[in-house]
Amino acid sequence: MSTMTMAKALNAGLRRALADDPKVLLAGEDIGRLGGVFRITEGLQAEFGEDRVIDSPLGEAGIVGTAVGLALRGFRPVVEIQFDGFVYPAFDQIVSQVSRMRFRSHGRLGVPMVVRIPYGGGIGAIEHHSESPEAYFAHTPGLKVVTPSNPLDAYWMIQQAVADDDPVIFFEPKRRYHEKGEVDVEAEPLPLYSARVVTPGTDATLLTYGPMVRTCVQAAVAAAEEGRSLEVVDLRSLSPLDDEAVFASVRRTGRAVVVHEAVGTLGLGAELAARIQQECFYELQAPVLRVTGYDLPYPPSRVEDGYLPDLDRVLDAVDRSLAH
Amino acid sequence: MTEPAGTTATDPGDVPVQLLAPDGRRVDHPDFAFTGTDAEIAAHLRDMVLTRRIDTEATALQRKGELGLWPPLLGQEAAQIGSARATRDPDLVVPSYREHGVAWCLGVDPIDLLGTFRGTDMVDWPSRPDGFHLYSFVIGTQTLHGVGMAMALQREHRVGNDDAAANGAVVVYFGDGATSQGDVNEAFVFAASANAPVVFFCQNNQYAISEPTSLQSRIPLYRRAAGFGFPGVRVDGNDVLAVQAVTTWALERARRGGGPVLVEAFTYRMGAHTTSDDPSKYRTRDEEGEWGARDPIARVKAYLLSVGAIDQAWLDDLAAESEALAERLRAGCLALPEPLLADQWSNVYATTPDRLVRQREEYLAYEASFAEEAR
Repeated sequence: MSTMTMAKALNAGLRRALADDPKVLLAGEDIGRLGGVFRITEGLQAEFGEDRVIDSPLGEAGIVGTAVGLALRGFRPVVEIQFDGFVYPAFDQIVSQVSRMRFRSHGRLGVPMVVRIPYGGGIGAIEHHSESPEAYFAHTPGLKVVTPSNPLDAYWMIQQAVADDDPVIFFEPKRRYHEKGEVDVEAEPLPLYSARVVTPGTDATLLTYGPMVRTCVQAAVAAAEEGRSLEVVDLRSLSPLDDEAVFASVRRTGRAVVVHEAVGTLGLGAELAARIQQECFYELQAPVLRVTGYDLPYPPSRVEDGYLPDLDRVLDAVDRSLAH
Repeated sequence: MTEPAGTTATDPGDVPVQLLAPDGRRVDHPDFAFTGTDAEIAAHLRDMVLTRRIDTEATALQRKGELGLWPPLLGQEAAQIGSARATRDPDLVVPSYREHGVAWCLGVDPIDLLGTFRGTDMVDWPSRPDGFHLYSFVIGTQTLHGVGMAMALQREHRVGNDDAAANGAVVVYFGDGATSQGDVNEAFVFAASANAPVVFFCQNNQYAISEPTSLQSRIPLYRRAAGFGFPGVRVDGNDVLAVQAVTTWALERARRGGGPVLVEAFTYRMGAHTTSDDPSKYRTRDEEGEWGARDPIARVKAYLLSVGAIDQAWLDDLAAESEALAERLRAGCLALPEPLLADQWSNVYATTPDRLVRQREEYLAYEASFAEEAR
């Protein structure tokens, strides 16, 4: 057991993946000599060589497209997209090629690739550096989409994603990179595509993931001071969704509030609300509410604190849910 | 002020490499030679004739409503046979969607090509599971996959070995229109950066549906390679001997570790872009006639007859073989199994997630409800 940041946990997880399987390769912009702009791959090129930790030319479609060719030859590429807003040049390769190679080849060809994307706001960044594009990928059959919220999950989930035979879009909440947590490298990890109850509660369920898990846990602590018991569920996997864990929690509490940074319209909250009302209709005490980024392009960073869901907006939604 | 170099100048390389003139005469070239025998040339003729027969039969099947669409290769037989016959194991071949002649040379059963155009299948070649990648329909996307495969060959230590037979390279096909795509340009950058063993084989058939090559590029396409830092060669794409000679050189260079090459096969799409296209709207009869006189098959036949390597009886046998192949294709097309929607859930993921399993069950129950109503 040791204490480390999510950044270090990801680094340790990638190191172990590289050490465990010689077919694992890393590729991306600045990931080699520099160790990545967030230093997630620091030291890995020195340890595993330039053939396995590849500094790529600056082309996201090129990074993902060449990784398809490598994967088709049996390698397991883990590519880094430097920032969330830069994934779109690779969108065609991911959605039209990576996601459906297995389908178009009768299952003969797979693309066991991980696309790592630092995502989300809250770091005072300039334009295109604070996006939450997860719904685009969760909408695409053939892709899996996961996001850790803490160092322990980061350490294990990156290794589990690398080991998966399907392509995994791996969203890393960049504003949580430097928050510390306990990491037990010997523990038996949870299955990758399962949600986890982070904080048990009885009055309402907060369904969230990635950077908003911490926010929701803080909301639960604040609510407890007012005598309200909130359950926080960290979804961890956005595709597939762990439906049973979601339904079980909502059936217990009768109320659900979905919290994410991404814009609300057609986001994960919309999908969750639809599934919950279909499966838990008679257990619901209130409509499913959503606390999300507003339906705007990501705004200037000086107003991002108001744009992003925070403790107060979450508690406000809880109040409205409980008032029903 | 004069124009900077490289924008207006002509270059000796603009004249395509040619080793067999349209009238069937062998011609010399200072840099490239075809070293094969007349028997090998006769084998190329057979490949080209059979490929054209497959193509015309598939077009006919579309006209009869048996295929939804077909992209004909008519006129590009030499570019495809010459380049494909330059490959060998462990080379990897990555096609676009018109490479029916390449598929033929690599041993793909032509019936396998029909499923995707009949709507009975996605794309897959059970007859050739390795070495010939799936057709790609997004323009230029496959060039990046080819570069990635070439990077894989480097990591598998299949490049630059003293034992030349152990070395391999990738040849990836695309067209003149694709050269405007970002993916193709990124493929050039990534291949050059990695010095990857890949031959970019561009069939410049003069048209991207209706758009002429002049709309894509102000300079001959082969010259684009220079800007990316690797050689480009323009070859007469209707000359199977020149295509094979140039592609053999490019592949050997790549296998040795010399890096990428762009080959521009200067050819002509004698037919339509696809069976849905109408070329009379954008090109003239005169132009089609000019290119018709440069038919890739006619010149090989003329050469082989002139040297006595084949005779009319040989051609008659080939015609009979062609007809038999066409008949097999027709029957094979009609016999392609109808797909079931119920099977489509199987290969979305390596392990089908529970939600998809349930969705399929719901679909089956819904379908079954009609059978119960009918009872």
